[in-house]
Parts: sequence; C-alpha cells; structure tokens
Amino acid sequence: MVMPSLPARYKPASVWALYAIGLLPGLYAFYLGIFGGLGADPVRAFEHLLGLWALRFLCLGLAVTPIRDLLGVNLISYRRALGLLAFYYVLAHFAVYLTLDRGLILSSIAGDILKRPYIMLGMAGLLMLIPLAATSNRWSIRRLGQRWNRLHKLVYAIAAAAVLHYALSLKAITAEPAFYIAVVIVLLAYRLVRPKIMGWKRASKPGNRAVRAPVASTGD
Amino acid sequence: AAIAAKPSQYVLTEKPTDKQDVTTYNNFYEFGTDKIDPINNSGAFQTRPWTIEVGGLVAKPQVIDIETILKDFPMEERVYRMRCVEAWSMVIPWVGFPLASLLDRVEPLGSAKYVAFETVVRPDEMPGQRGLFQPMKWPYVEGLRLDEARHPLTILATGLYGETLPNQNGAPLRLVVPWKYGFKGIKSIVRITLTEKEPPASWNVMQPSEYGFYANVNPAVDHPRWSQATERRIGESSGLFGGARMKTLPFNGYADEVAGLYAGMDLTKFY
Repeated sequence: MVMPSLPARYKPASVWALYAIGLLPGLYAFYLGIFGGLGADPVRAFEHLLGLWALRFLCLGLAVTPIRDLLGVNLISYRRALGLLAFYYVLAHFAVYLTLDRGLILSSIAGDILKRPYIMLGMAGLLMLIPLAATSNRWSIRRLGQRWNRLHKLVYAIAAAAVLHYALSLKAITAEPAFYIAVVIVLLAYRLVRPKIMGWKRASKPGNRAVRAPVASTGD
Repeated sequence: AAIAAKPSQYVLTEKPTDKQDVTTYNNFYEFGTDKIDPINNSGAFQTRPWTIEVGGLVAKPQVIDIETILKDFPMEERVYRMRCVEAWSMVIPWVGFPLASLLDRVEPLGSAKYVAFETVVRPDEMPGQRGLFQPMKWPYVEGLRLDEARHPLTILATGLYGETLPNQNGAPLRLVVPWKYGFKGIKSIVRITLTEKEPPASWNVMQPSEYGFYANVNPAVDHPRWSQATERRIGESSGLFGGARMKTLPFNGYADEVAGLYAGMDLTKFY
C-alpha cells in the first residue's frame, strides 16, 4: 500500500507549523483571561483548558501508531511535536495551579499533593513526562537505542494517569470526560491487540501468500 | 420584573458578586453540567403557571400557586454568602421569605421531623434531563431537618438583585440555606413534603462518601477528593490575576446563628 505523505521538503516547515498552531489555544485563552473573556472564574477556566489541551495532545500522539497501522497514513514525523506540546501544556497547567490557583501557598500545595489522589496522579504524570521530553531529540534516540523505545512506553502510564487525574477532579462523569476516558482506553487497548493485528496484516500481504497458507492451516 | 422587598437584618457588608457572574456561572444540571449551560439552555423553561404541592405530615396540605406566594408572603432582601462544594463562593442579594412562614401555613404535625423538596421534571424544556449522558437521576431531591427548615436564615427565594429570579438561578422558587453547600439549595421546586424519616438528597444518594445529608460548610472536613479549607470568591480577580483564595469559615460564617442546631453531633460523621 502507498502511504500518502507530504513531500519531504515541506516536512520541517509543517512540523514548525504544528508547534505554532498547537500553542495557539493556550495563548488565546491567556489573552481572553487577561481581558475578562473567560467567564466568572477565569483561573479555573484557564487551568482546566491547559490541562485538557495537554490530554488532547497526549491522545493525538498515541493515535499516530494506530493511524499508520490501520489507515496507512504516516504521521510519525509529527509525533515528537505532539508529545512536546502535551508536555508544554502540562507545565503551563502546573504553573497556573501553583501560582494563580494556589497563590504559591506551599502548605496548601503540599497538603494537596500528599492527600489528594487526583493531584498525586497529575504530579505523577508530570514527573513521568520529564524524562520523555528530555530525550525527545535525535541525539538521545541514537544514544539510547532500544532503551529509548522502552523508556517512551512510559507514555501509556502517563495517558492513564492524565485521564484519571481529570475524571477524579470532577463532581460527576459527564459526556466530555466519558469521551476522553473512552479514547484513552481505546488507544491503550490497541497496544494489547496490535501484535495480532500486525500479524494478520503481514500474513495477508500479496507477497506473503505462500507464508500465509501454512499459518492458516494450523487453525490459528 | 422588579419585586418589592423590604430590607432585613440579614444583610452582609461584603460586596455582592456582580449580577453578571451570579446569573452566568451556575450549577443547574437540569440545563447542562457546564457553568454557562444554565443561562444558555434555560430560555424555553416555562415558570408560569406554577404550583407547589405542600403536603405529607401536615394538618392542611395544599397546592399553592406561585402568584399566591408572591402576594401572601412579604418578600425580604437577604444578602448571603453562597459557598459551593467545589470551593468557590459568591455573595448574593436574594429576594425571598422564610421557609418557616410557609410551613406555618400548612401546620406540620408533631410527627413531622424532616422536610423533603423536589425539583420539576420537564425533559422537553430541560436539555440536561434528556439524551444519553445524564449525570444524575431526576427529579433532583433535597431535604432538611425540620429545625433547620424553620431557622430564620432559611428562605425560599423568588428573586435576586431586586428582580424576579432568572430561570438559570432556579425560577420561580428555590431554597437558600446559607450555612450549607450550594447544592442543598434545590431549584425550581414543585413539591415540599413533611416526613418522619430523613428524606433522600440527590448528591448524597449518588455519592454518600463525598456528600452528606447535612452538607454544612466545614473547612475542617475535606471533600474526600479536594480540600474545603479555602475558597475562591468569584469576581474578586481582575482577569487571571489577583483572585487570592480566602479561608472558608465554619458554617460559612453563620456559626453564631446555627452552630447550636448541631450541638453534640460529630460533624466529621454527620458531614
């Protein structure tokens, strides 16, 4: 199958465009917040919006592999930008929590982190993102080799922590959090069935007919 | 429309929250779960004609028309703090009358110990009551102990900022109990029933470990998932900055008036 993708010479520009577009929702919300456009509780609205965009970029990053496997569209060159955007939004979300929300009152923050499962999950997600962001460069990939792949599987735990952090911070599970919980479950569950799916795909390639027959005859 | 209301002794000196914020930042899940949903989705909600059925363990059960209520009960201005269980707060100038005077009219029997309240169910007019994702069971129900219901601070509100209560704030008639978390203030009431046993309360039924029947504002008893020690006063920040959190007061600052109702009770158990 031919995988559609952008001509190579446009790739770097399109990745930079993704960074620029990806940061727009946060910058726009900041602008709205300054000029009173975020409603009655602007701090809460801004904090939640940053967290939600972090979760969205995490999900988009996790969607790159299934989209390549199942639709034949290769977006791998954008995955680093998606992951780093998620990291930047998490950092901003955390900074707003510390300053605008909690007013840097350390006793209240420490109490929050130690006693509240949803805050602990959020903190865990942030801490796990740090090594991934720090190794999101070519040098680290070359240097770490297979260990880079193993390290970056941490993103599965991060996505799970992020969506739980979101769900547990709410009074009731409504349509929006239910949607993100479902998306994360599907994206993570895909990793469990992926070896099987890839096996079928390999077996059904025209060039592999000869290989496929004996496999099928085992009753697999 | 404007509602005539005489001043009362229950007026805070704190600056009332802007009307804009009071009427656009609401929890009224019958119209949706976002704070902005109630004002956006309550335009089709019809509050006339409207009757309230008051019955149960009373000598004179009756169905009272909202117009009769507005005519018979002298309305007062009450400026109260409102503390949401989500750790934000407002100061709201309500127009209303003591629930006790309505209870007097129906003459509760000696066996009556609690007062149960029920919100209207109208999926055609309330988008939050229809569709796939409904966060809770309808009707929304709430309850008070009879002595809490009779307390002079407890009012039924028919207006705010000197005007008829907007749909998104619980028109035409809602409960206001200023020393309890906001969710006790049941909106758009159609039924009030005096009972012998503690009546069900919607949030308590849904998540008993997180929302008690009493739901008294208490900075010392945290919600299991977040702290209740502080609150953010809506409208105090200029944009994103300057909205410092303030300390939450026991019984939302009304301890002098109401703490006696709970003498001898373990408030960490009866939260």
